[in-house]
Amino acid sequence: MSLMPIPPVMDDDADASSRPTPILAVPIPEAARQPLVLWVENLSVSFDGFKALDDVTLTLDRGELRCLIGPNGAGKTTLMDCITGKTRPDSGQVFLDSRLTDLTKLSECRIAELGIGRKFQRPTVFQGHTVYENCELALKGKKGVFRTLFARLSGAERKRIDEILELIGLAEHAGRQAGLLAHGQKQWLEIGMLLAQDPKVLLVDEPVAGMTHAEMERTADLLKSLAGKHTIVVVEHDMEFVRSIARRVTVLHEGKVLADGPMAQIQKNPRVVEVYLGE
Amino acid sequence: MIARLREMHAPRAWALLAGAALATTLLPFLGLPDHLVPLFGKFLCFGIAALAMDLVWGYAGILSLGHGLFFALGGYGMGMYLMRSIAGEGVYRSNLPDFMVFLDWKELPWYWHGFQSFPFAIAMALAVPGLLALVFGWFAFRSRIRGVYFSIVTQALTYAATLLFFQNATGFGGNNGLTDFKRILGWPLHAPETRRLLYVASAIALVGTYLLCRFVVTSRLGRVLTAVRDAELKTRFCGYESTNYKVFVWTLSAVLCAMAGALYVPQVGIINPSEMQPSNSIEMAIWVAVGGRGTLGGALLGAWLVNGGKSWLTSAFPSAWLYAFGGLFVAVTLFLPRGLVGLLPKLKLGVGRLAGQLRPGRQT
Repeated sequence: MSLMPIPPVMDDDADASSRPTPILAVPIPEAARQPLVLWVENLSVSFDGFKALDDVTLTLDRGELRCLIGPNGAGKTTLMDCITGKTRPDSGQVFLDSRLTDLTKLSECRIAELGIGRKFQRPTVFQGHTVYENCELALKGKKGVFRTLFARLSGAERKRIDEILELIGLAEHAGRQAGLLAHGQKQWLEIGMLLAQDPKVLLVDEPVAGMTHAEMERTADLLKSLAGKHTIVVVEHDMEFVRSIARRVTVLHEGKVLADGPMAQIQKNPRVVEVYLGE
Repeated sequence: MIARLREMHAPRAWALLAGAALATTLLPFLGLPDHLVPLFGKFLCFGIAALAMDLVWGYAGILSLGHGLFFALGGYGMGMYLMRSIAGEGVYRSNLPDFMVFLDWKELPWYWHGFQSFPFAIAMALAVPGLLALVFGWFAFRSRIRGVYFSIVTQALTYAATLLFFQNATGFGGNNGLTDFKRILGWPLHAPETRRLLYVASAIALVGTYLLCRFVVTSRLGRVLTAVRDAELKTRFCGYESTNYKVFVWTLSAVLCAMAGALYVPQVGIINPSEMQPSNSIEMAIWVAVGGRGTLGGALLGAWLVNGGKSWLTSAFPSAWLYAFGGLFVAVTLFLPRGLVGLLPKLKLGVGRLAGQLRPGRQT
């Protein structure tokens, strides 16, 4: 399994202003020079009058590791639902990689195929299948009915699964039924399945819920090692964990982006302290 | 190719399977009394229907309470051939089937044309239920109707069809259905040789159905189906359009069930709307529940045990059957959620423990 070639991350925002505007008759395909990978623009969703998301706009840099925090009901999960096609927003758009297709019009599976992977809040693995089969099902590739009927794992795919199992520390559990794994192992398996899917953007909802301290550290290392190759968004309540991985943090509150910036700055933001961080 | 066969079964299981298939197929020539041949042939057809049911329910988690409809539609297709192939030999010596003469119809309805041809009739017997399942499944699954709601809709569908077929105006013999068959492909239906051949055809169809089902459930597609059963949303986020998978397995199952119905009718000699009654579909679900859903062998075992019990009880204690049947369903639901097949590991454990205790000088 080959990883998608990732265009080099472009200059920081600071240099952007000093860069001369290119004068070209034919526009360069945006994906090729785009430092951004995901755009969420003016997204609004309401459920029975309750505004779960209220005009949310945010962008992700290619290869960054972003943390999304906020109190319960701030709209974090709803935002992920909108990006992955589970919930249709009332208004607003989501673009991946190039600004050509609006993801809010597509089905969950089409969005997954385009390159957005998602880990659920509660670890969701295929309980009846073995760990190995879980990875097999997640593998990137064509996923049509008839192709799947005759599909067989290629040598490269087997190697890829072995690598992933090694990485998530479940190699010796490959033949075990996923439903029998411990909670933390299920969390890892789900992350492993995301890796098998090889998405451009990984949305990871509460990856360390229910993990021991040691498991948490390993998860932090894993996520940090994946950043760069993939763009990762982590939703997490555990502030210690967020501090250990975050470079840039976005705070949601009552369906709006309350603050956005480096961790150190966010921690000092009086509004954030007031509504979320407390103490 | 070889590797794929090994995935379906271990070599020893293949050998066992081949032996069982051969023995089943040749049973009428190995001393099965002639009067039991149609009964056993009927059981084979029920076995096919049970496999079809297990494919959607056991593996894909879609509980259909309307499979009797597909079974009956397949049966009607065959029945139409059997009626048309003996045109002019009925009681009224008319070119039309007897019930049409009786209703004073002058012309054959358009949808009866072509059924004098065996290949056409067989194609229709499979295609019409298949198409119905495809359209119904597509709308239902696309609207994300699932679980008990889906089951209820299937039950309503088969009930509606029963009412429709009960009417004389529908053109399938109403209440009485289609009967008084004489020959199939020129062979007299009541001759023992014909019955044996029909039995053999059913056995071959059953073996074919088993192999096909086994191929499907051991493929990646089979694993996707089980994944859809266990966590549908997750499969969608993995990039699988779960609707297509459900429509596929649903339609395949309906076609297999229709084939069972088409083989069933010449062996029992009649097809009428009571075959579509909701209770028949529920019975199919019970066969699979009793045997053990999610295992093909379990579905077969359930179909045969329940129907064997039914044949015996309805003749020995006619009034007791329904109570026994209801009791069986309650007992299985309460005590054997995985069916009789679910008992096997426990049985092995028990025997092992017993053996361990009997062995001298060893504590367990």
